[in-house]
Order: sequence, then structure tokens, then C-alpha cells
Amino acid sequence: MKEQLEAIRKGALEAIGASQETAGLEALRVKYLGKKGELTAVLKQMGGLSAELRPVMGQLANDVRASLEAAIEAQSAVLSQKALEARLAAEAVDVTIPGSKPPMGHKHPMYSVLDEMKEIFLNMGFEIMDGPEIEQADYNFTKLNAPENHPSRDWTDTFYLKEDSSVLLRSQTSPMQIRAMEGCGVPIRMISAGRVYRKDEVDATHSPMFHQIEGLVVDKGITMADLKGTLNAVIREIYGQETVTRFRPHHFPFTEPSCEVDIQCYKCGGKGCPTCKGEGWIEILGAGMVHPKVLRGCGVDPEEYSGFAFGMGLERLALGRYKISDMRLIFENDTRFLEQF
Amino acid sequence: MKLSRKWLQEFVDVGPVNDRDFAEAMTISGSKVEVTEDLGAEIKNVVVGRIDKMERHPDSDHMWVCQIDIGQDEPVQIVTGAWNIHEGDLIPVAKDNSWLPGGKHITRGNLRGVKSKGMLCSLKELNLDERDFPYAVITAAALLNDYKPIDPEKPSIPADIQPGHKIFGPVVCGRVINLSSAGENGWSCGVDIGGTLQSFFTPCSNVHEGDLVAYNTKTCSICTLADLRAEQKEFPHCIPDGIFVLHEDCKPGDDIRPVIGADDRVVEFEITPNRPDCLSVIGLAREAAVTFDKPLKLHDPEVRGGAEGALPELLDVETPDPDLCPRYTARMVRNVRIAPSPKWMRERLRANGVRPINNIVDITNYVMLEYGQPMHAFDYRYVKGGKIVVRRARAGEELTTLDGNVRKLTPDMLVIADDTRAVGLAGVMGGLNSEIVEDTADVVFESANFDGACIRKTALALGMRTEASAKFEKGLDILNTLPAVNRACELVELLGAGEVVDGAIDILNFAPNPVTVKFEPEKMNRFLGVDIPEADMRKTLLALGFGLEGDTITVPSWRSDVEHWSDIAEEAARFYGYNNIPNTLSAGLGERRGWNPVQQAENAAGALCRAAGYSEIITYSFISPAYYDKINLPADSPLRNSMKILNPLGEDTSIMRTTTLPSMLEILARNCHYRNKSARLYELGRTYFARDDGSGMADEPKVLSLGAYGGGMDFFQMKGAVEAVLEGLHIEGFRFEAETGNPSYHPGRCARIYRGGFLLGVLGQIHPSVAENYGVDCELYAAELDFNTLYENMGGTPVYHPLPRFPAVTRDIALVCDKSLPVAKLEDCICRGAKGLLKAVSLFDVYTGKGVPEGKKSVAFNLELRADDRSLTAQEADEDVKGILDLLAKELNSVLR
Repeated sequence: MKEQLEAIRKGALEAIGASQETAGLEALRVKYLGKKGELTAVLKQMGGLSAELRPVMGQLANDVRASLEAAIEAQSAVLSQKALEARLAAEAVDVTIPGSKPPMGHKHPMYSVLDEMKEIFLNMGFEIMDGPEIEQADYNFTKLNAPENHPSRDWTDTFYLKEDSSVLLRSQTSPMQIRAMEGCGVPIRMISAGRVYRKDEVDATHSPMFHQIEGLVVDKGITMADLKGTLNAVIREIYGQETVTRFRPHHFPFTEPSCEVDIQCYKCGGKGCPTCKGEGWIEILGAGMVHPKVLRGCGVDPEEYSGFAFGMGLERLALGRYKISDMRLIFENDTRFLEQF
Repeated sequence: MKLSRKWLQEFVDVGPVNDRDFAEAMTISGSKVEVTEDLGAEIKNVVVGRIDKMERHPDSDHMWVCQIDIGQDEPVQIVTGAWNIHEGDLIPVAKDNSWLPGGKHITRGNLRGVKSKGMLCSLKELNLDERDFPYAVITAAALLNDYKPIDPEKPSIPADIQPGHKIFGPVVCGRVINLSSAGENGWSCGVDIGGTLQSFFTPCSNVHEGDLVAYNTKTCSICTLADLRAEQKEFPHCIPDGIFVLHEDCKPGDDIRPVIGADDRVVEFEITPNRPDCLSVIGLAREAAVTFDKPLKLHDPEVRGGAEGALPELLDVETPDPDLCPRYTARMVRNVRIAPSPKWMRERLRANGVRPINNIVDITNYVMLEYGQPMHAFDYRYVKGGKIVVRRARAGEELTTLDGNVRKLTPDMLVIADDTRAVGLAGVMGGLNSEIVEDTADVVFESANFDGACIRKTALALGMRTEASAKFEKGLDILNTLPAVNRACELVELLGAGEVVDGAIDILNFAPNPVTVKFEPEKMNRFLGVDIPEADMRKTLLALGFGLEGDTITVPSWRSDVEHWSDIAEEAARFYGYNNIPNTLSAGLGERRGWNPVQQAENAAGALCRAAGYSEIITYSFISPAYYDKINLPADSPLRNSMKILNPLGEDTSIMRTTTLPSMLEILARNCHYRNKSARLYELGRTYFARDDGSGMADEPKVLSLGAYGGGMDFFQMKGAVEAVLEGLHIEGFRFEAETGNPSYHPGRCARIYRGGFLLGVLGQIHPSVAENYGVDCELYAAELDFNTLYENMGGTPVYHPLPRFPAVTRDIALVCDKSLPVAKLEDCICRGAKGLLKAVSLFDVYTGKGVPEGKKSVAFNLELRADDRSLTAQEADEDVKGILDLLAKELNSVLR
């Protein structure tokens, strides 16, 4: 009997070790360990053994069963690992096939720049105000101290909606200075951005509709040094901390003193190149101390309060930022353009 | 405004400052330099040469081989085809490896086998013309030895013609025997006309010894082509063109640039409209003097006068419209000799971009540039009655201006007139009828001050903005008229151009009233945030011409822009240097800051659109009236009531939009035409509606518009995007209702969106006929949401609902109902039929066809039932479902399939 058991063990272990499929392994389990299996068949002969031999053989039979069970389990683990590997191999994908993107909309580059500007000013404690685009000439010009015969009032320069030139499409965001002071009083610290309109034919650098951002700070004791400090801080936020600026005298009817601000050309570093038209500097904004007549017109005493105002065009900023060569692209809204940003 | 550095030097010596530093310093002090032009930048290696010897080219019938002294040990040999030069002439020589204007590079070469080491230059090659050097005009004789008959069979002049042979009438053939220079105007010439020698003067510069010429024995002159009535091709080389023969104070080897005035640099300034005083050499010189802290050398004109006659008898001036002519100053010059002005004056005019014309006209331009005071000179003989009237034009009056155009005038224009007619358009342009001409004998110089607004309107109305009108419209220094006219008279005497009549006519229609401002240095320092010493401020102001006594500043007459202490602060600041002002940050944060709620909602709406895959666009606020037709808007639609731009760029941008739909469709169509396969776009833009309060102002409500096509876009994708935006804005309880009457949309695929009684907007497929109007044959989709209404219907901060703790029971039901019944009604009925356990209803199928009766449809829903406090039993769920089915059957006649 012992020989029988050993023969079963040997034969079974070989068969199990050679088994390559789960089903085959299960068949082997039935063959050897099943109710009608070979080992059971041997065990059925136990009854005919002597009392001394019976425990010994019993022991051996259990031993054989245990070793077969262990072998089956081990082989089963091997087989399932193989099966898993085979599945994974079959499931492999070509990772270079493009992904399926979720739909993503894009912010217009002009408004990306505008929002960036707004964030900068919000962080400096400014509020953002909004105003009408169809504006009274009073606000667009007169209250901003523009002389009656100022060329910008010409019908060749500004769009008018009334024959008596009293209503127009605002040609600048500056009327918001007046509306802000009249509406909210002083002290005030605000910016206002939006669409403005001038009678320019469409070309690579002009559009009859474009965007400006305007700022106004009025309080007691505001100085021209505050103007410089604020604008320099903003400019460095936009153009980088190393940006070199130049403030030079200029003229606007609604500020005195007035200035224009240049940054050193980012392309040539001030040596002069086509980008800066050889000047080494690029003009980016106009500013000045609010004209005493403008303050007085808004009911603010210029002997008590002072302030500064500034304005800049956004298109040029966006064009420069993204190296866009033609302003027409801004208003053309070609998806191939929009999706680049 | 252009400024010649040489001219500037006459008024202020800024020292050895290079162009770049000069430009930077002037810009920083307030006179912005646009560009600096070196007049001689393009000329290199060009010198004065003297022709030592010239011989005919051995292998050419028209070229000369010249030996030229260019100030070196050896002469250089240059071959030229020009015939106007002679031995001893001084000429511009472009040496081997030299450069001429226009980037022309000259190198040595070989001309028909003869070496040539450079080129002799014409006026044109130096970028000059005869107006710059009037003496360089070339008169060409018709040389008989250059004659080429048009028809070789029938020559007009026989090939073997000899001196003495008659050509026609008094014209005979002559041979040039000798020739000697008679100055810059011509030659003394000796001609053999067949035995007799004739000596005479000739201006023809292409004549050389040995040439055969046609000599007119009657006029004692050599005939030109015109005299012979010959064509150019008969005398191919006798052309009025050639080398620029110099009659300047120069010698061989000299750099040509100073000789022709190209050694100057011209600085071009951008002058702001508040500073008309800087539209003059003196004005800019004053700025430069203060900028570089150097003395300003001004000059008081001195006029000898003494011409015959008394001014009051010769000229009478009336100014019936004193408000339009605050000052009129005039002087007279008699026995005028019209001639070219001298080289130095021509050079300065040229440097400032003004073409020289003749001495009198040049003087007016010169004074305008130097003093900034426009001047006009007119011929006295055409001033009828010796009377000048500065008056408004009469209705219908016409004047032919100097440019030859007939101008129709109106009574709001000012004219200079004599007794009978207008002779000039005040401050804009003179009249052709009183122009200075060759034989002008007596000249009136007008130096006036006109009302800027009047001049501006006149120039604008007639479309003739001139140098003079551009200056007047800015408002000129009223005290400048007399010095300017005196300067003109001084120049007349200096140039020997005529005799000046004593005295001036000077009509003053204004009361001098100098502006004074209190000098408050501390206040200005506080305002600027600086600490400029008072003494420095005083020095700057005085140097700028301000008067300063105690603490009273008197503003000079040319600075009408200064009237307040902030203006004085600017004067102090700009010479202190804006860039030297410190940088400080003002305190004073307001209560209002950060995004306000509306702005937050705008930002959120944009972000939601982008998250839904829509990209932002920017479209014009103005559209064409035709756009309303394109979107099928009915003729009586109130939306057609647009505000109109009275002076639009064109029809396409002439009205303010009342709807954003055409803007969106325009962009969708454009993308379609660019063959972009799909587009998902949005814009948060304004529309414009006139207020009826008489203010002329508008309500400008914002509209959130979405537009899309391609990429599987259909009604439900667009609806889904709208739902996502509305839900993202926490707008609850909105609903969709079929809209069949919107003419822009597909009648079966359009919905209005409501929340309660609020109409939030509309969405759907664009009507195919509208799409066709845009030339698009694919399906376009759009949504228009009124932003204000969205904002008003936004929910507040979301409140947390506890997550379910107990499992839900789901039931699928398929209902058969009338085909036309909207799903929303079934859903509504299901919700009302449930007894409180129904948590969600979701549609998963709509079916018509086999198995469903004609006129019916099958609609399948998934119902999710759940209690918050316990696990449901199947029985409980079934009861709820039964309630639902009962109500469906009762209300909608809809039963389980």
C-alpha cells in the first residue's frame, strides 16, 4: 500500500507540475483527490490493514493528500498569474494614440490680459466700475476739460448719435473718471475697462472699436510720487520685475502734470530695433495728476484733494503679450486663433 | 516739427551732445523726439573734384575721359557720358567704393575698354533738385555733330555741313573756337561762322571747343533744340541733364556733404497741441536751453527801412470782425527783386522739409519756421484800392487758392479781401490772384493773429489743413506778429530782395492781459512728492521766460497753456525730471473693492461656458441694418429700432445692435467658410436700446450668447450647455417651452427658457433659411440669455443636503402616450403622482414604430425611489409607482406599454 501511495504521489506531482490549464488542473484534483479519485480508492483499502499499519498508512495517506493539495494550489497560483499576464498583454494599448479630450473652451486672449490687469488692480485695493458706452459729450469731453474745438471732438474722429454732437460712442474710458467721482464721491480708488470707439478704418493696428482700461485715485495728499509708485508696481507685475520704465512729460486736457510712460524695449533692451521703431522705448500708457478743473467740476475741492489718473489700450498689450501680428485677428474670432490661447 | 541742429545752434549752443543724448534729454524734458535724420547719412566717400583734363573717349561718340584732381597726389581717371562739364569745373566725385542716396554703391569699372575709378554726380544722384541749386539748371545747345536724322534718306542738316553754311533764316553753322567760363551762369564763347569770328555769352553748358553749333546771327546765340524745333531723338546727347557743376566755396578733396548742406541733422519732434510755441525754432531753442542749462541767444530784428512812400498812404487795413482777427500786422516792401534765396536759407528750409521757391516766399516760410508765426506775402498791385479788409466771406463767394483749386466759401470763414474781392483765405492759404510772381514789384507781408477755432473749422470744411492753419488752430502768441514781420523785413534787406517801407500797420483788437499765478514752491513740492529747492524752480521759470516778482509769476504771452499752480508744478517737474520723482504707494483702501456680485456672476458665466467647451469671442457693438433682414426679423419688429451712428465708417457698422444674434451668426458663418469643422462660441456682450427719457443715453443690457455648429451639435447638446450654465449659476426650477414663432429659429427646434414668470432666454437651431442667408448649409445652433435676468434669478450659496444612508429601489416604466405629448408633461405628472418616495426621474428612451400604435409613442423612464430613514420594501415602492401610473392614466391617458 505504501508503494501505491508513493506511486500516486509521484505520478500526481508530475502531472500537476506539467498541468498548463486551470481546467486540466481541476481534472487532476478530481482524478487524485475526488470522491472517486485514486487516493480515495487507496484509502478505501485501509480497512484491510493491521492495527499497527493503519495509523502509519493513514499518516502517509494524509501526507500525500496534503502534498498534492499544496502542489495543486501552487500550480493554480502559477496558472492564474500566467492568465493575468496574458490578459494584460492582450489589453495593452498604443499609448501614442491621441487621448480623447474633454471639451475645453478658451478665454479670448484680449480678455485674458484684461482679467490679469483687473486682478493686479484688485490686489492693490482698487474697485472695478462699469459705465455706459453710449455717452454724453459732456462726460466724454467737456467735463474732462477738453476745449470746445479739440480735434478729437470732430465728426471725423468720434462717432456721434445726435446731430447736435451731444451724444456719442465714448472715445475713451476717461468719462468713467467723472462718473465715478460724481457717483461715489471721494476718496476713490477705481479702475474701469471696456469698449471704446474711434473713427479709424480697420487695418493691422487699428479698429473702430477697441478696449481701454482707466484708473483713478483721489484722496487727500495724493502725490505724483504715488502715481509713479503705483504705475511702476503695476507695470512690473505685467512686464516682469526687471522692467525699466521712463516717465516723460506729455499733454492730456484732463491731467496736469501729464505724462506718458515707456518701457525699455523688451526685444532689444533699449538699443533700438524694429519693435520699438529704433527708439529703444515702447510707449504703454498715459497718466497724470487729475486736472484741478476736472476735480472742481465733480464738486471736489482741488485745494483739499488731489489725485492721479491713467489709461492704457489693451489691444496693444495683448498683441505684444502673445506676439499677435495683426489686430484684425482679435475681432475675427477664427476658432483656429482662439484655441491657441 | 522738424528742427535743424545747425539752425538751433544759432540760438543755443548745447555743447558736444550726440543725437541720441540730445533726443533723450529733450524727450525727458517734454519735447518728444520721434526720429533724428542725418541728412548726409547715405552719402559716403563723395568729394569735390576738379576736372584737370578731359578728352573724348577713343571708342565712343559721346563719352569723355576725365582726369580729376580729388586732392590726392595723383588725379583719378573717370569716364562720363555727360556733356555739360569743362576743364577746370568743380564737380562732386563719387570715388571708388562710395555710397549715394538710395543705397547706390559706386565702384571702379571699365567703360568701353577705358578704366574709370568712380562716378561724377548729378543733382538727382545727390538727392537734390534745381530748386536747391537754381544755378545748376542745364541749358543744352543742339550740337550739329550730335545730329541723327530721323530719316537717314532725308536729313534736315547735311552730314558734311561746314561753318558758314546756312541752316535756315539767320541761323548758320558755326564751329566753337574758344570757350571760357563766365561764372555760374554761362560761358564766353567764340564761334567761327565761315571766316568770321563771333564772340558772345551762352548759357549752354554742353558746348566744347571744336563742336559745330547752330548760331543765330540775329540774336547772337547758340540754338537749342527748341530753337530748331527739333526732337530730342535727333540730338540724342543734347539733354538738359548732366553733372552738378559746383559754384561753391570748396576745393578738390573736400567732403561733399558740407558743400551741399548735407552735414546737418534734423530732429523731428512730436509737439503736443498745448505747446504751439514749440512749433518754431525759437520755441524749441528755449526748451533746449533750459534742458541743457545753456544761455538762449535771441536776436531783435533790425530794419533799416527808408523805401519811398508812407505806409498809411499806401495801405489801409480794416478788421470788421475783430473777434476773428485779434491782431493784424503788416509791412510793405517795394522794388522787390524776385530771385532764388541764398544757399544758407535754402538749406535750412530744406532741412525743415520746405521746398525753396523764391526769396520772398522763402522769407515767409523761414520766418514761420523760426518764429512760429505764419506769414503771408502778396502782390500789392492786386490789392485794389490799397485797402485790405479782413472780413467774413460772403455767402456764395469763391476764391481760387494758391494750389489752383476753386474754393466755395461760407460766412463762417474769414478772408483777406481788397476793396472788391477776396485775395486770400485768412490763416489757411493765399489767393492765386495775388500770388508773388517773377515781376512782382511791391509786396505786403501779413503777420496776423486769427481765431483758432475759425481757422480750424475753415480748414476742415475745405479739406485743406496747411502748415499755417495747423499753427493758428492751436492758438498763437499774439505778441509775436510784430517781431515776426520785422524779422521778415530784416531778411529782405539782408538778401537784397527789396526796400522796406518804414513803419508797420498794426491793428490790435485785444487787451493785453498777462496771466499771473502765485508762486507756491512748498505746495508744489508736496503735490509732486519731491523736494525741489525753491531757487531751482525760480531759475527754471525765469529761463523759460516766465516773469517772477516776489511770489507772483507772470506767464509769458506764448504760454497760453499755463494758468494754474499745477501747470507751474509741471514746469518745475519736467526739468527736475519725472524719473527723479520717487516712487511711493498711496494709502487709503476703500470699503468697496474686490469683484462686486455682478462681476462675480459675469466671471462665473464665462467660466461655465468655457467648461462646457465654448470659447469666448469679441464682436463689434455696431452692425449693419441689413443684418436684421438676415436673421428674418419682421419689418415691424421693435428690435429694428436701433440707435443710429450719424457718421459711421460704413453701412456695415452704422447702427448699435439690439440683439447679439447676428454678431454670433456672422462669426459662426465665418468659421464655416474657413472650413473649420466645428465651433463652440460664446460672448457676453452688450445690446443698446435708446432710453425714452430724452437724455439720448441708452440702456445697455448684456446678453450671454452661445453659438455652435458641427462636431455632433444638435438641439440637445445646445440645451445641455445652457442647462449646465444655468445650473452652474445656481438658477433653480427653470423650464423649457416650445417656441414656434421666433423667425430666426427652426419652428420645431426652438425653446424659450423660463424661471417662474421670468423669460431667461431662447435657444434652438437657427432657421435653415437664416443659415442660408449667411451662406451656410450646415445646422447652426444658438442660445441668447439675458444676463440681467440670469443674475436676478441666481440662487444664493448652495445648502448641503445629507447624503442618502439607505439604498434606493429603482423601477423602469415604459409608457405609451400620444405622440405629440411633451416629455416634460409626463415628467411633471410622474412627480405629482408619487407619494413622497420618488427622488429622481430620468428619461432613457423614446420609441415609435413596430409594437406601438400609430399616433402613439413609447417613453421609458427610470424611477429612483428612496426613503431617508429606512430601507424601502418592494411593496412600498410598488405602491408609489402605482400612484404614479394611476395619475398618468387619468390625466394624460398614458398607460404602461
